[in-house]
Amino acid sequence: MTETTSIDAILRGVLRDVLGLDDARVAAFDADTGLFGHLPELDSMAVVSLLTEIEDRLDIVLEDDEIDGDLLETYGSLLAFVTAKRGGA
Amino acid sequence: MRLLGWTAPGGSTELVVAHGPADAAQRLLVLPAWFDEANKTRHFTQAVMRHLADAGVASVLPDLPGCNESLAPFESQSMATWRAAAQSSAEQLGATHVLAMRAAVAIAPSLPGWAYAPVAGKSVLRGLLRARVLSAREAGRQETSEALLASGLANGLDLAGYRLGAQMVADLADGELAPSTFTIIAQNEIGGAGLWLRAEPDHDAAQAETLAALVAGRLST
Repeated sequence: MTETTSIDAILRGVLRDVLGLDDARVAAFDADTGLFGHLPELDSMAVVSLLTEIEDRLDIVLEDDEIDGDLLETYGSLLAFVTAKRGGA
Repeated sequence: MRLLGWTAPGGSTELVVAHGPADAAQRLLVLPAWFDEANKTRHFTQAVMRHLADAGVASVLPDLPGCNESLAPFESQSMATWRAAAQSSAEQLGATHVLAMRAAVAIAPSLPGWAYAPVAGKSVLRGLLRARVLSAREAGRQETSEALLASGLANGLDLAGYRLGAQMVADLADGELAPSTFTIIAQNEIGGAGLWLRAEPDHDAAQAETLAALVAGRLST
């Protein structure tokens, strides 16, 4: 398993666990799937849990100024960001 | 279920929720998760204790000073006051084992026992700071975690509805997951996602049953 696919799997796992989604729904996410503003489960409280859990599971630290609307716009934008953060891009 | 009392080191009388046989030879001290996680896991924690009672295991859940029904000011609490309280409650209630939920592993007395999904104080603080920064942003105010932390270390800080004293902020900021003698029960051992991750308090009966069965099974061997 390459670094990128494992980050992808971990990220899908975080979304499933934090938002209480089922595996099939999370597996169907593609790069264009909208997140914040598109998934009713992803409210502002869930954003906090989501980011903290991403940090814990991927061992990265997200700074305040990196967290904006663009970061959570689509699954693709979030994956690209955390992959770059892990140095895997 | 029975309601008892115990006397915290500061002299305050605090509530204890006790489940299971009153005359058991072994008694499990349950230390709940903290802050917003306490709300999200409150029902779960009680359910675990009920399942333990069904398996014949006695357990006690003391209010820590400043929490739940306690009259002690939350702002005066620190990891040291909670550690002393946990130790004192264990002695007064005759605890032989401990089950620490999440961040509570940092204050658990030296008894044999389990740490459920342990988390470091610094991770807890990070989440609380982020929640405040994001909600301020939604309200059109600019706050940063760094500035909030500096102000919290000097004067204490309001986070997730709790007024944390400066010492508690400092203790959390320094809080690492130290190696401990507790048996760690990771979330993936009990199945499903941790209930503290949910935006709203929720329950998962199967998870409570599994955690209770794990603890009861190891207590009886």
